[in-house]
Amino acid sequence: MPDAKRPEFTAEQLAEVQRLQGLYPDKRGALLPVLHLAQDTFGYVSLEVEVYVAGLFGLSPAHVHEVVTFYTLFFQQPKGRHVVAVCHTLSCHLMGAKGIVEHLKDKLGIDVGETTADGKTTLLTVECLCACEGAPMMQVDDRYEVNLTPDKVDRILAGLA
Amino acid sequence: MAEKVFTRNFGIANSHTLPVYRERGGYAGWEKAKGMEPAAITEEVKKANLRGLGGAGFPTGVKWGFIPKGSTTPKYLVVNADEGEPGTFKDRYLLEQDPHALIEGMLIAARAIDSHLGFVYIRGEYVQPWRIFSGAVREAYEAGLLGKNIQGSGFDFDVVIHRGAGAYICGEETGLLSSLEGKKGWPKIKPPFPAVKGAFGQPTIVNNVETLAAVPHIVNRGGEWFAGLGTKAQGGTRVYSVSGHVVRPGLVEAPVSITLRSLIYDECGGIPNGRTLKAVVPGGSSAAILTPDEIDIPMDVDGPKSKGSMIGSAGVIVMDDTVSIPEALMVVARFYAHESCGQCTPCRESTGWIYKMAHRIVDGHGRKEDLDTILDVAKRGAGTTICAFYDGAVGPYISYIEKFREEFEALIRSGSGATPPEPTVHGSADA
Repeated sequence: MPDAKRPEFTAEQLAEVQRLQGLYPDKRGALLPVLHLAQDTFGYVSLEVEVYVAGLFGLSPAHVHEVVTFYTLFFQQPKGRHVVAVCHTLSCHLMGAKGIVEHLKDKLGIDVGETTADGKTTLLTVECLCACEGAPMMQVDDRYEVNLTPDKVDRILAGLA
Repeated sequence: MAEKVFTRNFGIANSHTLPVYRERGGYAGWEKAKGMEPAAITEEVKKANLRGLGGAGFPTGVKWGFIPKGSTTPKYLVVNADEGEPGTFKDRYLLEQDPHALIEGMLIAARAIDSHLGFVYIRGEYVQPWRIFSGAVREAYEAGLLGKNIQGSGFDFDVVIHRGAGAYICGEETGLLSSLEGKKGWPKIKPPFPAVKGAFGQPTIVNNVETLAAVPHIVNRGGEWFAGLGTKAQGGTRVYSVSGHVVRPGLVEAPVSITLRSLIYDECGGIPNGRTLKAVVPGGSSAAILTPDEIDIPMDVDGPKSKGSMIGSAGVIVMDDTVSIPEALMVVARFYAHESCGQCTPCRESTGWIYKMAHRIVDGHGRKEDLDTILDVAKRGAGTTICAFYDGAVGPYISYIEKFREEFEALIRSGSGATPPEPTVHGSADA
């Protein structure tokens, strides 16, 4: 994966940045989409990535930092290859989210907010993901996993490469 | 069985694709709308008594009418697909199972307000809905339903899909616009309202996914027909999200005259495991909690209001008699403490302090003055902030304590009263 400490998009990615910027009446509207692209490319949004992205928009690094730190989906530190994010808001709480989090902590041997020593899995708790009909639920990378039980959690973990 | 409007295509194979949508009558509303005067479209939506289905319940046609008359500057249509209200999941299904209904609704709305550029702001966590909706937009472009001179009508309309990045406040319409403009999602002071000065400083209409999904049907079958499906307060059916302790959690589409009791017991099979109902939140976590003697109300914009609550996003969260209400309040308070954007002092400070107090009560360290302190802080802050976020938090703070005060007091009496360890909002060790 390209280095988050020395970030640089490829020529194709720079063309994509330009395309995204052209979609908005003010190119700054593309900041979130470009930050998504940067995180997908470099793994996380380091301070160096913030400076690099700021340069692509003619914005101050401080503005980009303010944006990055405001949103939960931008990681400012390296994350695991997989991110397991358990919803712990009201419906999931009612249906047993606490037990699911405890089970994951035991299974992974880490606390919430940590990444396993092999760099494979980051465990998070998050606020409502709006899949309350399937509570308790969690997001594993791009996927929603619903109606969780400890057994189902084990199967999902075993399926992660 | 009442007629389905919003969910009529749900569960049909490939309902997200253009051929299936068309086979089932899709884009008939647009066919009609493209020959109508823009003002006549807005008039039809007013007649329908369609109320915003994202949470605020504002009359949609009236909102459209706020675009300054004769304005020649660019005007934008923004779809709020930043679904985030705890207990709500209808927009996710609409994006995945009937994306063309939203696109068609956007086309019609755009014609009504003379907009040629629309943005769809989808919450960042909704990756699958974003992929499916993006596919539908591509299909619509290929079929000439989006872009320049749509079907020879002379009308141009482009759609930009914008992914959020994780922040509940971006579901607040002016917070959403800040985010769309490449900033942190701080709500803006109103007035000016977005219809006058919105996205990128131009007149903008922000509508919820479900609200726009109603529009093709309204144009196709008439505002009176839609109004007739509902009550005097509000036309139509709507899609209720029901979760928590019911036999069959999920979406229920029903006329807005349906009672909360009927939703829980008839549509969702009642309370499982032989338990009984203790409490229910009728409209997403920002709605005040209701007790079992308060559920014989219609689920339109007026029903929950008559009990001091609100219909909000129609996210119904059901709690059986095993639930600890103080613990539920702690969980809800954690949500608001985490999601407060930090712009207004009363909200930023109170949400954090109230969470800490709720946490220590649950931990057995509550003090007898804590309950009155929470109520005092909640009531003082209400109505003092830029957006409705804090007012939404106040709904649960006050109602949980006032309606279940004895349970809180018993917990405080049985606790040690000693100083507890500090909880953290962001570390979430208390999952």
